[in-house]
Amino acid sequence: MLLRRLTFPALLGLLLCAPPARAALNVVTTTEDLATLVREVGGDQVKVTALAKGYQDPHHAEAKPSFILKLYRADLLVLVGRGLEIGWLPPLLQQSRNARIQPGRDGYLDASLGVRILELPVGQVSRAMGDVHPQGNPHYWLDPANGRRMAKSIEQRLTRLSPGQAKHFAARYADFDRRLAAAEARWDAAMAPYRGTRVVTYHRSWPNFCERFGLDVVGFVEPRPGIPPSPRHTLTLIQEIKRQQIPLILVEPYFDLKTPKAVARETGAKVLVMPPSVGGEKEIKTYIQLFDHNLDLLLAALGAPERVGR
Amino acid sequence: MLRFPAVAGRSHSGPDVCRHVVPLLALMTLFLPPTVHGEQDDPSPIEALRAELAALKAEYAQRLAALEARLQALEATNTATGDGTVPPPTTSVTGPAGTLPVYGASTLSSKVFNPDVAVVGDFLGFASDSSGDSGEPAFEMHEVELSLQAVVDPFARADFFLAFSPEEGVEIEEGFISFPALPGGFAFKAGKMRAAFGKVNVTHNHYLPWADRPLVTRSLVGGGEGISDGGVSLSRLIPNPLFFLEATAEAYRGETADFVSTRIEDLTYVGRLRAYGDLSDSTNLDLGGSIAYGHNDAGFKTRLIGADATFRYRPLRRAIYRRFLARTELVWSQREEAEAVRDAFGWYAMAEYQLARRWFAGLRYGRSQHSRSPGPADEEASVLLTFRPSEFSQIRGQWRRTELGDGQQVNEGLLQFLFSIGAHGAHPF
Repeated sequence: MLLRRLTFPALLGLLLCAPPARAALNVVTTTEDLATLVREVGGDQVKVTALAKGYQDPHHAEAKPSFILKLYRADLLVLVGRGLEIGWLPPLLQQSRNARIQPGRDGYLDASLGVRILELPVGQVSRAMGDVHPQGNPHYWLDPANGRRMAKSIEQRLTRLSPGQAKHFAARYADFDRRLAAAEARWDAAMAPYRGTRVVTYHRSWPNFCERFGLDVVGFVEPRPGIPPSPRHTLTLIQEIKRQQIPLILVEPYFDLKTPKAVARETGAKVLVMPPSVGGEKEIKTYIQLFDHNLDLLLAALGAPERVGR
Repeated sequence: MLRFPAVAGRSHSGPDVCRHVVPLLALMTLFLPPTVHGEQDDPSPIEALRAELAALKAEYAQRLAALEARLQALEATNTATGDGTVPPPTTSVTGPAGTLPVYGASTLSSKVFNPDVAVVGDFLGFASDSSGDSGEPAFEMHEVELSLQAVVDPFARADFFLAFSPEEGVEIEEGFISFPALPGGFAFKAGKMRAAFGKVNVTHNHYLPWADRPLVTRSLVGGGEGISDGGVSLSRLIPNPLFFLEATAEAYRGETADFVSTRIEDLTYVGRLRAYGDLSDSTNLDLGGSIAYGHNDAGFKTRLIGADATFRYRPLRRAIYRRFLARTELVWSQREEAEAVRDAFGWYAMAEYQLARRWFAGLRYGRSQHSRSPGPADEEASVLLTFRPSEFSQIRGQWRRTELGDGQQVNEGLLQFLFSIGAHGAHPF
């Protein structure tokens, strides 16, 4: 009798006892931007996987079990933080069965620590404001100065996890820093004549980018963060664009173009689909290419004869 | 104690400042435009000015008192922390310097260790063409769910879901401790839980794609509440290069509609194997098999076997506008009784399609026999339309047609308002 009662649990126990798989220094990042920065610093000493694709809305990625599998094998998880992944990362972390990457452990790196965060709410935050991020705007990677800071904290964390490779990581960081500085000089020079250009953006994805390159964001297609365009707000926006003669509407590739296009038809402004992430377009494979691509788009849309040099 | 004289001294500065304010204001009145002087023979403006001055004086005294109180409080905290700096709020929880490494962590120092709190309201409106004996009220605050979730210590987390409803009163829907990262890829849970039998059974009401639960789970899998019981759960990932594979084994005390234990050693066992694979970036397939095995209220055994399959489509570039989900769940029940073995079978199939960013349409069809009295199967069909103003609220209409095994037909309309406040929950998958 007892034997019969135990067969079922015993069978299940047997099923549960296959040995786990192990890899070397395995890094999982939530976005492709982080993945490319880890690659810049880690080189061939790391194996990097990004969960969300560059062309999808990182707020609305899904907690797919295939991601659990990736996190299960990870030695380091790098995330954007500031609530960007709040809808999908916590359940993945809880189900990852990986103690190394839990919050507070060395394998958990919130890349937003140490960067410059904009739009930190002052005073009481309420959902009446839409889907606000109480911890500041999470699209901070769109300022190259923040990219440098993120690379630095990645370098420090990789070094802590794999001290033997400290020199390798330091050298690669120094190289990235040098290349980024050179690129920044190009970008600043090319954008200098267009500083102060007023733009409208779909979502609040671009405050760091616009601050860095001197664009002035005067409105949003969304009436409130995360709330789709409403007719009344769109009418106000059209009037505002006409009044201020705003030349550009920046739209992330994962948003519907219907409203921005309608606004453009009414006002004569140009709709510019600008990917905020590496991987947003096939040819954007590195952090520096992300800015090259977007600034080229901007310059072309503003009628500039030159492009950011490569 | 040393601070008292300083504070006391400052408390005199209140009237002092006011004394300066009075001549200053008097001086200012001299420089007012001549029209004011022209009206000087009329005494009432002077009276008015005096009154204003007095009011101003009182206001300043009040403000100063308030400021002093704040100063005093600040000084008190400064002496407590020693160096006079405000301590970084969450470092003690998370280790690394900075403020925000843990999702849901509060930034007010008094609340650092408070759990994430959320309340979900589920309000139902109900209409039916049957002759009023369905027992469903026209309007009902069907359920209020309070969730409290936090990390317990470096090894465990705790999740509590308390459900308040007119029928059940206050009930622990779930309340368990979990050790999510045990060696060897194991995860362990203990407490009151929804058993890992199929898809619907583990899902809380507000995450269901319908306003009700399907016929088959109501008839065969633990009634309206499902299999939710006190017990332990052990699960493990089975790593393989092809797909996600997870095995779960659970043991419960046996106190649900279909599994009732009268002796301490008669436990209810639940086992589940789930396989998931991405077919492409936008499509995936999720397959599962479940068994449940335990004693029933007749004192004999009941066995349940379940199979489920889910297909999801969600184009990543348009992920916030378009998605499609199709799912089916099949359940076989075998219930032993004193004089008979009763076999019953039921299933449902559903589809949900996202029409626009905030609009979802759904269909569900199902048939099921009853575990206790297998006869002709009941049959149901539903059509649904859901509007989600934001991630935190939704309005859902459901039309449901049920044809009972005895031939009786009922048409019902359900209107559901779901709304949540508090911590940002994860999106259901």
